[in-house]
Amino acid sequence: MSANLSAFFYLVSGILFILALRGLSSPETSRQGNYFGIAGMTISIIITFLSVGNFGEGFIYVLIFLLIGGTIGAVIAFKIPMTAMPELVAGFHSLVGLAAVFVAISAFLKPEAFNLGVIGNIRLASLIEMSLGAAIGAITFSGSIIAFLKLRGIMSGAPITFKGQHILNLILGLTIIFLIYYLCVSQSANIFWTIVLISFIVGVLLIIPIGGADMPVVISMLNSYSGWAAAGIGFTLENTALIITGALVGSSGAILSYIMCKGMNRSFFNVILGGWGATDQTTTSAAKEQKPVKNGNADDAAFLMKNASSVIIVPGYGMAVAQAQHALREMVDVLKKNGVKVSYAIHPVAGRMPGHMNVLLAEANVPYDEVFELEEINNDFANCDVAYVIGANDVTNPVAKSDPQSPIYGMPVLDVEKSKSVLFVKRSLSPGYAGIDNDLFYRDNTLMLFADAKKMTEEIVKSL
Amino acid sequence: MEIDPFIFRLSIFILSIFVGYYVVWSVTPSLHTPLMSVTNAISSVIIVGAIIAALAGASDTIFETSNIFGFLAILLAAVNIFGGFLVTQRMLQMYKKKKNK
Repeated sequence: MSANLSAFFYLVSGILFILALRGLSSPETSRQGNYFGIAGMTISIIITFLSVGNFGEGFIYVLIFLLIGGTIGAVIAFKIPMTAMPELVAGFHSLVGLAAVFVAISAFLKPEAFNLGVIGNIRLASLIEMSLGAAIGAITFSGSIIAFLKLRGIMSGAPITFKGQHILNLILGLTIIFLIYYLCVSQSANIFWTIVLISFIVGVLLIIPIGGADMPVVISMLNSYSGWAAAGIGFTLENTALIITGALVGSSGAILSYIMCKGMNRSFFNVILGGWGATDQTTTSAAKEQKPVKNGNADDAAFLMKNASSVIIVPGYGMAVAQAQHALREMVDVLKKNGVKVSYAIHPVAGRMPGHMNVLLAEANVPYDEVFELEEINNDFANCDVAYVIGANDVTNPVAKSDPQSPIYGMPVLDVEKSKSVLFVKRSLSPGYAGIDNDLFYRDNTLMLFADAKKMTEEIVKSL
Repeated sequence: MEIDPFIFRLSIFILSIFVGYYVVWSVTPSLHTPLMSVTNAISSVIIVGAIIAALAGASDTIFETSNIFGFLAILLAAVNIFGGFLVTQRMLQMYKKKKNK
């Protein structure tokens, strides 16, 4: 197959990938979009086989590896519970990163197969591209592994910080850049291996200081990195499909990180440098515990909601942990039968990844046109009778609007306190991730329901 | 003077970043999780490089070190491709509109 023809088909795949993302602009077109993506991938793979033109023994092995990998992927895709989506995505990112590293290594070991020159005399541009691809890929790999371990709960979600951490990262980063320069001069294999090794270490160091609730930013960021790694390899291989995809994924991840940071009113660097609340934990918590709290039970909650005309549900990470989404849907079904208008309010950073709550609600068969984003629904709290906060905390804290001293001041929050009464399902009065007390607990119109999110919701269903 | 082909690839790259920017901003926030899983699936198009790496060279020397890295990369990318697209499909199937009575 001529190189020009295959380049044309790679362009076609690239366009199909753009259409795949475009499809996600609405749930109706999204399924079609996914088929575009699958078509683009199929074309890319077939064209590669045709342009390599080697259908001997090796081809059989390629198919075998493809099948083994595909089977593993398919099994994971069907078995994985929706609540485990964040760690699945983190795990998948690590695979892309490692694949990029392997391809770069292979290109370095056998440059003539990729038309990049010969060993010891690889073209300068290719050398820069492949070492950058390998470095970013390695950072993506080890960073995603750490994110995976934190999300899975194998590793504590608490930020791990030590003195001189940022300086160490800076030095390692500069070392990588210097080594890439040195690699270009010397073409030495040892330098190449050192770059890969240091990049693995940097990936770990970058993610350990970042706490659990900042994971939405981290996952988006790693998503972005995996794209840039792919683009780097795309330049090395002179492959349009890979370059286009890398750019798409890279900018997609970057935009998601931006949206997540904005949802917390924090700069990207503030998140990346990590350790929110670890240093300036509120010291007055002892005094605050004395404040009176209204404590309610499932019957009170059921009574309030049954007599309401509109209820807004505010889900958070706690709902995911307790797997309460199905019980919640049941509760809403009963309420709707009683003529109560119910809608859902989702904060951009609720959960552990962008859109986490939406997927869980969709899993529980909640129609997506009952689920609203912060800007769409925030004005409705003033006209709503009951706000049911389930597993969310910091994103409802009115302190973010009133107290300039608070670490979360300026963060966009849901105006939950404006509704006539607030039902707050929580296991205890402990502060949320930001380590600050939620003023909402002590408001007159707040009724605290101390229980596991799922159990409480089930009990409410019973007493309804 | 001739233009280096690298410049053309760089042009494609930069224009694609812009396309990505506008396309991703138009994605509805409720589909951000499927967006992540599908971008993850398509970035596995790196399998193209893996296949070239695996099949490079004569077939009697198929298991040189560089080929083995190629095969491993195929395995990893394949997990991602199938896993990524299928899990996206599974999620998208769940998004349903309110039934109009």
